[in-house]
Amino acid sequence: MLAFLLKRTANAAFVMLAVALLAFLIFRSFGDPVEMMVNEQATQEDRAELRERLGLNDGFFTQYVRFVTNAVQGDFGISYRNQQDVMVLIAERLPATFELVLVATVISLVVGIPLGVVTAVHRDSRLADALQLTSIVGVSLPSFVVGILLILAFSVTLGWLPAFGRGETVDIGWWSTGLLTPSGRAALVLPAVSLSTFQITLVMRLVRAEMLETLRTDYVKFARARGVPRGRVHWVHALRNCLMPVITLTGMQIGNLIAFALVTETVFQWPGMGLLFIQAVTFVDIPVMAAYLMLVSFIFVVLNTIVDVTYAWVDPRLRDDTAKAGGSNG
Amino acid sequence: MKLRHFLLITAASSALALPVQAQNILDWGANRDIGSLDPYSFGDSFTINVLNHVYEGLVRYDRDLGIEPALATSWEILDDQVTWRFTLREGVTFHNGNTFTAEDVQASLERVSHETSPLKGNLPAYVSSEVVDDYTIDITLNGTYPLLLNDLTNIHIFDREWLVENNAELPTDIGAGVEGYATYNANGTGPFVVESRQPEAQTVFMVNPDWWDDPQHNLDGFVLRPVTSPATRVAALLSGEIDFTNDAPVQDLPRLEASPDVNVLEGVDLRTVMIGFPFRDTLASGEPNPFADIRVREAMYKAIDLDLIHERIMRGKSRIAGAVVAPPIPGYSEDLDTVPAYDLEGAKALLAEAGVPEGLSFEFNCLSDGLVNEEQFCQAIASMWSRLGLEPQLDVAPRAVQSPKRTGGNTDVYTLGWATLPMLDSYSPLIQIFHSKEGNSGVFNWGDWSYPELDALVQAAGSELDLDTRLQLQNEAMQIIKDNHIMIPLHQQPMAWAVTDAVSDMPLFPDNKPRLWFARMGGDG
Amino acid sequence: MADRTDPTVAPAEPSRLAQLRDSDLWHSFRGHPSAMFAAGLLVLLALTAMTAPWITPQNPYDLAALELWNSEIPPIWEDRGQWPFLLGTDVQGRDIFSAILYGSRISLIIGFASVILALAVGLSLGLIAGYFGGWVDNVIMRVGDVLLSMPFILIAILISAVATAALPPDLKSALAAPILIVAIAVPSWVQYARTVRASAMVERKKEYVQAARLIRVKPWRIMLHHILPNTLTPIMVAATLNFGLAILSEATLSFLGVGMPADQPSLGTLIRIGNQYLFSGLWWIVVFPAIQLCLIVLSVNMIGDWLRDALNPKLN
Repeated sequence: MLAFLLKRTANAAFVMLAVALLAFLIFRSFGDPVEMMVNEQATQEDRAELRERLGLNDGFFTQYVRFVTNAVQGDFGISYRNQQDVMVLIAERLPATFELVLVATVISLVVGIPLGVVTAVHRDSRLADALQLTSIVGVSLPSFVVGILLILAFSVTLGWLPAFGRGETVDIGWWSTGLLTPSGRAALVLPAVSLSTFQITLVMRLVRAEMLETLRTDYVKFARARGVPRGRVHWVHALRNCLMPVITLTGMQIGNLIAFALVTETVFQWPGMGLLFIQAVTFVDIPVMAAYLMLVSFIFVVLNTIVDVTYAWVDPRLRDDTAKAGGSNG
Repeated sequence: MKLRHFLLITAASSALALPVQAQNILDWGANRDIGSLDPYSFGDSFTINVLNHVYEGLVRYDRDLGIEPALATSWEILDDQVTWRFTLREGVTFHNGNTFTAEDVQASLERVSHETSPLKGNLPAYVSSEVVDDYTIDITLNGTYPLLLNDLTNIHIFDREWLVENNAELPTDIGAGVEGYATYNANGTGPFVVESRQPEAQTVFMVNPDWWDDPQHNLDGFVLRPVTSPATRVAALLSGEIDFTNDAPVQDLPRLEASPDVNVLEGVDLRTVMIGFPFRDTLASGEPNPFADIRVREAMYKAIDLDLIHERIMRGKSRIAGAVVAPPIPGYSEDLDTVPAYDLEGAKALLAEAGVPEGLSFEFNCLSDGLVNEEQFCQAIASMWSRLGLEPQLDVAPRAVQSPKRTGGNTDVYTLGWATLPMLDSYSPLIQIFHSKEGNSGVFNWGDWSYPELDALVQAAGSELDLDTRLQLQNEAMQIIKDNHIMIPLHQQPMAWAVTDAVSDMPLFPDNKPRLWFARMGGDG
Repeated sequence: MADRTDPTVAPAEPSRLAQLRDSDLWHSFRGHPSAMFAAGLLVLLALTAMTAPWITPQNPYDLAALELWNSEIPPIWEDRGQWPFLLGTDVQGRDIFSAILYGSRISLIIGFASVILALAVGLSLGLIAGYFGGWVDNVIMRVGDVLLSMPFILIAILISAVATAALPPDLKSALAAPILIVAIAVPSWVQYARTVRASAMVERKKEYVQAARLIRVKPWRIMLHHILPNTLTPIMVAATLNFGLAILSEATLSFLGVGMPADQPSLGTLIRIGNQYLFSGLWWIVVFPAIQLCLIVLSVNMIGDWLRDALNPKLN
């Protein structure tokens, strides 16, 4: 087991180094940092001097090593755009994205699980068909369209909920939360709902598939035969078996949600990491882009490693790295 | 004694118990955030404008854009013609309590003109300064220069002790990868104090009760909140989430005007939008460059239907321009403000005469985050030029991506908006755009043209202290620009601010800069 | 001689079409009205998109065809509506109906091509990795691991943004679609590779493969003719569902501004442009492209769903 753990950790480290290389490579060819930083009125000598000071004339490998050593210490330099420390910038925006993803995940579970159970239990009813149709529509709608529609309906027409920003936030130490104020909670609703639509359908379908299988098993039939009420059978006994895959799916999807939040953040002007990244792309703000890429990949890798290790711990057959069909991101 | 104490405490605590809503806090929804709290960090007029609420210069613009004393009370030019002596205002304190003296001015001037300062181009004539006494300072220039005061309106004064204490005497050294203290902290003499800053989310400014001037505003503070999406900005205004915006999208003005809770303040910006041509031997693609031929430039000019753009793209809110500076700017001349008629056939004939091949392809470089509706009018103009039989390759991208191409001469036709700020004089475009590219001149001459007669006129104007003579020289230079179509002006862009009825007074300034120290809130709230 | 059946020759197989008609798949299809409806819808959408140049009144990609005085016309059933602009025009005078069809064409082509590219790369690399094993397998799987450790959308954004920034403008418009195809295909191929690799690793140990190697059948033959067909079912389902995902991805990239540019708009670009005018009353610029996009993806997903259920042995 220890060997497996070490192996996976080494694997993860290697992957992170490769990601760092990719980030470094891509960003070298992306716009010119010197032009970004100088006033339009700067002369050629000014530019050459700045290039020297930034170390842009050093060798490729030297710059890469410098990049990685700094990154490991959390030092990504300062943003070209507003000259603030990149890690501080990202840390400031992390709570916003995190809370958005958290609320979206909760919504997807709270809505998706019951719906999944219903569609499985009442398999061939009108209700199930309607829900199935809704779920397909949910998967087919791009999240930015959902966001725009929600704004149009609830913000512009009805005026119930705000269209942008986080509302008032409360600072707890370094973290800023919107969950403690009414305006903060109101501001969370539309973005979280918009982000959760895709996830709801995923959860719903998974629960449905798992429930259908579980409902066919012997122990469920025995429970019914023993006279356990239908409700209890479905919602307590059968559902418990489905939860493990759902939890796994949700865990692995958190990384994806964090990344996908950047679309929602763009539509709602939500001040999270994703919006920061998109703005960095627009502004060719290389340090911020590199930091975001590394951070999100790191979260992904950590989550995946945890899932792999947990599975291997639970099921020893998986401990040697044989054929695992299907990627973890589907 | 005890009773008095008790009454005082009661009064004090009930004062503290007053609801926050009694305060006049203005929510300013801007179209972008400021880059940092350091006014020397960028040559970007929006950042400088917002920070002008916290920091001040030796002089400032008044309500009618005349220059009036601020931190300096009077000035004179000494006999050597290159040194200006400023008498400074007494009794001014910085937000941290330090007294304002001539040493602070010197430290600031040194900081802004340091070789690593991004803003040094804004004070090109500066050589050195000398503290005569606590309230007098001499500034020495590199020659006779009539426009020092105009430049100084944008040079904000720091507290020397604060700079020294916080290691911020030099501008932020991006090369060292270290942020400066002034990026996140502010200490000025101005009407507002920075209370907190969350980049891209909000920056909170509270009123400075010890300001040296009489406040004409009644604000207790304001919050700058960037809302980059125009549609969201409109929604926020309509729902009252923000009280004021300095950039109401042109296409939504009718809707805003129709709303009972919103007032739209419209005007025409000083910023003139122009199109520039390349004068090099080849285009960016390597093909021969036809734009150096005046007939081709004239054809491109005639092929643009300026009325249609004014009506459809700018929704009738712009002011069609024939001159490269706007009417309020000293040096503007009505005679030069004429526009050729739209004439597609005539344009085609000119192109044929000049021997331009059919289907000539060239790059048309525009900004996605630049002028009002820039992307739209660029598309419309590209479409009009296609009807000439040309093939413009429209390249729209943010400023960060386009600037290197423009300054490096790696593109062909491009757009440029020029407001002449902070100088507010037609000398500004002449020396910065139309003069040949030499040293500190012609830095914005991205087409690499050179007209020696124009250069001579501009240089003469640059050292002419008599206003009328100087303007006459500048006028002759502008005539050359017009006759040769070096750049073709399109329009002065529209300016649209919008306030909710929580704001009772927000004066609109022709230079499109909000000055909240003139704003008032209240009435029925 | 002619009427003696030759035992060394297999009896004539029924034609491919007849085979298809008899298959379980077809019967399942006929039994699912939703699948038939979705297929019909998709065919309609695809046909109109592909024949766009012939059935639309305007080529919205041709700058010279746009007339500014035709801008901001509402759909034809509204007061100020005007023929031939059925669904109205946008701020540049672009006919929305034409723009939707041309945009659908681009979206469908990009989606389809990216799936094909991902399949081609993924299947080849997966087969090679599974069949040969050793360091080849290691390298390919490592690359796959790295790709899977970054979110799909992020990889696509980065590739698209970098490519557009690095190219000169004239190439940029010509290569906008291919760049997107690559940007979406790069994060997608890993899934196929892993599936096929798993299968290949199992199959290569089997006797018939060992036998084929003994008689020196070329590896690619073995992979193509024996191993690949056994993995087709899950691959087909995945590919269909990924087609929908690819179209959505392209729309998202265009919406964010790193996809198709404004002078060659895809449906996502149209939505981005129209979004600015949503509150100004020009609702038709956003609404119609959004509906079209949803219809396309919906029909693809419905077909994909049906296919998955039809091919799933557990449910039969």
